[in-house]
Amino acid sequence: MLHLALFTIFGAVAVAGAVNLLVQRHPINSALSLIAVMASLSVEYLLLGAEFVAAVQVIVYAGAIMVLFVFVIMLLNAGEEELTRGSRVAILVGIPGVLIGAVLIAWTLVQHSGTGEVAIGALPGRPETIGWLLFHDFLLPFEVTSILVLIAIMGAVVLAGRPVPTSQQPRKEA
Amino acid sequence: MAQYFTGTDYLLSLPVVLLTLFALGILLIDLMLPKQLKWVNAVTAFAGVLFATAGVWRIQAVYAKGAGGYLGRFAFMQSMLVDRFAIYFFYLFLAGTALAILISVRYLEIENEHHGEFYALMLLSVVGMMCMAAGYDIVLIFIGLELMAISTYVLVGFLRRDRRSNEAALKYLLLGAFSSGIFAYGLSLFYGLTGSTNLRAIGNALQHQMMVRNGHADPVAVLALITTATGLLFKIAAVPFHQWAPDAYEGAPTSITGFMSVAVKAAAWAMLLRILVFGLYPLRSVYLPLIIFVSIATMTGANLAALTQNNLKRLLAYSSIAHVGYMLLGLVALASVDYTQPAFYDGFKGILLYLMVYTFMNLGAFAVITSLRNREVIGDEIDDIAGLYFRAPTEAIMMLIFLLSLAGIPPLAGFYGKYFIFLSLIESKHYVLASLAVLYAVFGLYYYMRIANSMLMREPLEKELLPLSWGMRAALGVTAVATVFIGIFPNWFIEAVNWSLGLTQATPIAGLMK
Amino acid sequence: MPQNYVPIFIFIAIIGVLIPVTLLAAKLVRPDNPHKEKLMPYECGIDPVDSARGRYTVRFYIVAILFVVFDVETIFLFPWAVKFKAFGLFGLFEMLIFLGILIVGYIWIWKKGALEWV
Repeated sequence: MLHLALFTIFGAVAVAGAVNLLVQRHPINSALSLIAVMASLSVEYLLLGAEFVAAVQVIVYAGAIMVLFVFVIMLLNAGEEELTRGSRVAILVGIPGVLIGAVLIAWTLVQHSGTGEVAIGALPGRPETIGWLLFHDFLLPFEVTSILVLIAIMGAVVLAGRPVPTSQQPRKEA
Repeated sequence: MAQYFTGTDYLLSLPVVLLTLFALGILLIDLMLPKQLKWVNAVTAFAGVLFATAGVWRIQAVYAKGAGGYLGRFAFMQSMLVDRFAIYFFYLFLAGTALAILISVRYLEIENEHHGEFYALMLLSVVGMMCMAAGYDIVLIFIGLELMAISTYVLVGFLRRDRRSNEAALKYLLLGAFSSGIFAYGLSLFYGLTGSTNLRAIGNALQHQMMVRNGHADPVAVLALITTATGLLFKIAAVPFHQWAPDAYEGAPTSITGFMSVAVKAAAWAMLLRILVFGLYPLRSVYLPLIIFVSIATMTGANLAALTQNNLKRLLAYSSIAHVGYMLLGLVALASVDYTQPAFYDGFKGILLYLMVYTFMNLGAFAVITSLRNREVIGDEIDDIAGLYFRAPTEAIMMLIFLLSLAGIPPLAGFYGKYFIFLSLIESKHYVLASLAVLYAVFGLYYYMRIANSMLMREPLEKELLPLSWGMRAALGVTAVATVFIGIFPNWFIEAVNWSLGLTQATPIAGLMK
Repeated sequence: MPQNYVPIFIFIAIIGVLIPVTLLAAKLVRPDNPHKEKLMPYECGIDPVDSARGRYTVRFYIVAILFVVFDVETIFLFPWAVKFKAFGLFGLFEMLIFLGILIVGYIWIWKKGALEWV
């Protein structure tokens, strides 16, 4: 019972945070409500018995990725978002569109009858089981992931960090 | 622990391992190279492609020793399936990459962006493509897709001083990430529905659910199918999910545009066929109307948009979207019949042959455009190619061959791709679609001839001759010869496609769908 | 399993109650006497002359993204460390390949000068 109550409460927090993220005009406020979304999602994962994913959610998403977001916002010195004609149209069309889409998806998922019930923790979620899956069943995807991470490093350096040859751009950043 | 994986596992991952090693090697060697010796990176990358080809050849040789009816081997706990279909695509990716490397060298020198990362990213994106073509587990397919996509985003934005390149990379990244998200959502629904990430297990579970529900698909399965298909159609750039393609093609370094239009597109097709035909075959009656709609929209939208383009890269981008429309018709034919019918195999054959032919003719056309890049001229406007015949007659004639082949004129390679697709449409009784496709093919002739007209009839704006590097000569030679050769001796290549479909074998590819 | 985390949830709930209660109590008890001088920088401080919201250099971004990337790498070490005994030598090699690829990337960015603060 407590379990269901907690799940509902944090689910509501996640949805409210996501709505707030869209409503806020200043990007920093949006970023802060994204942290609320990430944190409550991690509680949801925990309640579902996915302990490892919950920890990763906090460390990587609520921690590292949010730092990156805030850095980008500071880097761009993004100010208040302005309303243009296009964004009004987006609001008029977008809100009903999203609502219809959400209702459709929810209706479809409710329609599904063959859902079986599983006890919490019966599915792999503990670090030991994840370790076994990762280093045995999904060994190849795991190793390929390291190449993916390497590409991320290279991409960051190629697009943003490679020193521009001085002959082309003699101006140095202070 | 070690006994769980055998030599077969390691052998089947050989091309992937070789490409990774060479890419890492390039990264390290590049640090030691002075600016004049950067071409060594290109040579290393080319050697990497050759070694990987040898690895694929080795797999194929071991494979051929298997008894009749032997379709493929699983590796790494069934997350990878190296069958003839995958081997066929491996060769396509490697051919496209080798040609793209050849045309990149001089272009990068002119752009003053000759760095080792360029070639390393190319090789690593091929690793991703191989995971997409040989992946039999949606986890591996998805990681392969991201690996390929992220390397391509970086390559598109590689010209850091060019605003168009930056803008293209950003647009491509945003739309690509969005589509990957939708795709992952669909895949996660399939996992929730079937409890497995393996394509065969997903297919079996879906088949079972269809039977329980008297042939009706589960609404969640339909939702999952629509989201997955949306992601897939984004990746092959079908209308209405094509908006990223013209911008990305225009802004990218020209050799990367060529690479994207053949290797990246072939990989997206390999993934689409793997998922829709192998995994989701039980749902084919559900996605058939969707594919019919998208293919008509793609042919119409792309052919109309291509008429008014003045930028060569943009024009060829729309033309490549139009070709996707024709290839989707092959999918329509093969999804509308059972796998015992000839239309199934002809549709499949059409798509595979089309992709092979397209690799050579489209990359050839992009090679010609790349060679127009000069110190002063960007060379991607239709005016820049004006009077090419008077500046470089051989190149102009090659370009004419590529354009005629793209238009599908009979004695050239492009004709045979279209031929099998139209044949399969007629066999599966889609007469209206077949006539529509023929109509649009005639339409296409107009804008290809616009380029030819500018090239042959107009006075050149620049007088100087085009300097051609050895790499460019080799790439142009190979693509032109292949385009003519496939057209004149199509049987050999049709045999290769038959081989990849297992038609020469006791159990053809359809055995995987049981 | 989740039951083990019940104390943490109770803890969070208590915090959620405690913070407003203490703030409210402080507000009721403390003397309230606002003055403009109290908000000024204290003695040796200097008055702010400009907005603090200037643009940052792109180098911060590079550092941040490299942090994210190596953070993700570290995450993969956890499930491996938990099952280290069971995987044995083979597991060690699996992890060495994974780390080896990333170490090449690390050497590359280092030599490329992306970590230097120009």
